[in-house]
Amino acid sequence: MKPGPGTYRTGGKVYASVLGLLSERPPVVQVIPLSGRYIPKTNDTVIGTVTDVQGTFWLLDIGAPRWAPLHMTGTPWQVEVGETDRFLRVGDAVVVQVESLDPTGRIGVTMNGEGLGKLDGGTIARISPARVPRLVGRNGSMIDSIRHLSGADIAVGQNGRVWVGGSPDAIHRVREVLRIIEENAQHSGLTERVESYLLATTPTDAKGPAVPPEEHAHRDAPPRNPNAGEPDDEPIDSLDDEPTEPGPE
Amino acid sequence: MGSVGAKEIPVLLSPEGLRIDGRRLDELRPITIHVGALKNADGSAFVEWGANKVMAAVYGPREVHPRHLQQNNKAVIQCKYNMAAFAVDERKRPGLDRRSQEISKVIGEAFESVVFAEEYPRTSIDIYIEVLQANAGTRCAGLVAASLALADAGIPMVDLLPAVAVGKVAGKIALDLKKEEDNFGEADLPMALVPQSGRLVLLQMEGHMTEDELAASLELGVQGCREIYEKMKAALRERYALGAGGPA
Repeated sequence: MKPGPGTYRTGGKVYASVLGLLSERPPVVQVIPLSGRYIPKTNDTVIGTVTDVQGTFWLLDIGAPRWAPLHMTGTPWQVEVGETDRFLRVGDAVVVQVESLDPTGRIGVTMNGEGLGKLDGGTIARISPARVPRLVGRNGSMIDSIRHLSGADIAVGQNGRVWVGGSPDAIHRVREVLRIIEENAQHSGLTERVESYLLATTPTDAKGPAVPPEEHAHRDAPPRNPNAGEPDDEPIDSLDDEPTEPGPE
Repeated sequence: MGSVGAKEIPVLLSPEGLRIDGRRLDELRPITIHVGALKNADGSAFVEWGANKVMAAVYGPREVHPRHLQQNNKAVIQCKYNMAAFAVDERKRPGLDRRSQEISKVIGEAFESVVFAEEYPRTSIDIYIEVLQANAGTRCAGLVAASLALADAGIPMVDLLPAVAVGKVAGKIALDLKKEEDNFGEADLPMALVPQSGRLVLLQMEGHMTEDELAASLELGVQGCREIYEKMKAALRERYALGAGGPA
């Protein structure tokens, strides 16, 4: 067996180097981590926040070991050198795609592509990157069901950052759902549990039990900056509150 | 470990061979471990070891601060051990002192020899150890907590690092000294073991013992470390307990 990711070999034996689940797919043995920071992969779509603005690029915190530079040419905007801060400022949230990785750990990201762009309004929650597949579900089954039952707009980054937009009530319920998923990711019947929570908390302002969520018109693609291409002077309230990142207590 | 006042030397070993708290010579104090005690950190662990209470938090790999410490070929490991002012009976003067600097250094270096730092060049792995209550053996408790916090943070390592102190008490070699034994005993020998290879990555000594006693101490310490290692693995399993449905 070949030592794969999450393992090392010494003295003719292979040992785990990270805490995780053993996966033996001959000829490779690897350990899939159960925790830890986001380790970027090319073509991952991630949500980041701007941590620094330079003349020709921004630095994004995508929860990875290092900050990722987003060059001004990697955006759909016509950015002049030195005018980067007219487009994105420290604290702004964006959806970007990991374009390149080099052995020194430098992460290249781009904002050119479908579903990429600046995020306005809403709020950002965090889950452990290891839980993202669980949140999305098979072919997006889980996340579709959450969108449908909560009525919120949701964009999930592979890095465990989850953007949630919609009514305050919808946002609150999605955050609660994220907490449930974070704490019970290993348990079976999670989808049912999440659905029953959402059904039980569906506001019954009219009468009947399940009021159809208001805005699933645009519940697919993550929301784009409506005036992309124009510098946006409005501060957005993407909050980084209560990071639930490395897992439940 | 600070002044103890002008009390009489307590009886450290009873005629029956029991220690001041009733333990046998090769017995550890009770240890309880809570992995993932902090939400904000990438990894954390709270360890109660006898009357010691130690919290460890790990952040990273992340951007290096201050920048000039950055290394192009590997992650830097920055360890900070601190003891709270209220951790001991007589108020400990807060902040950096020679003792905490030394302990930060030796613990950081112990981890440098087990963490695969080359996997994350130009980053920093920051380890914070806070001693909330001290009763001898806090560097070992801190090491154990930090090691679990690193595992909880998903950091690749050769192995966990169990640690324990062995000492000489009333002429006998004893495992895991408590405060009175440390203060009035003849020697104290903290050590940290890499169970996978059997190497020691931390070994310090205070006091005096003979060569034979040192050999016996090392053997007892390694045995103690292996016992602690099992407790550490159990704590991680508990934290990441898998439900009936298995992994997602």
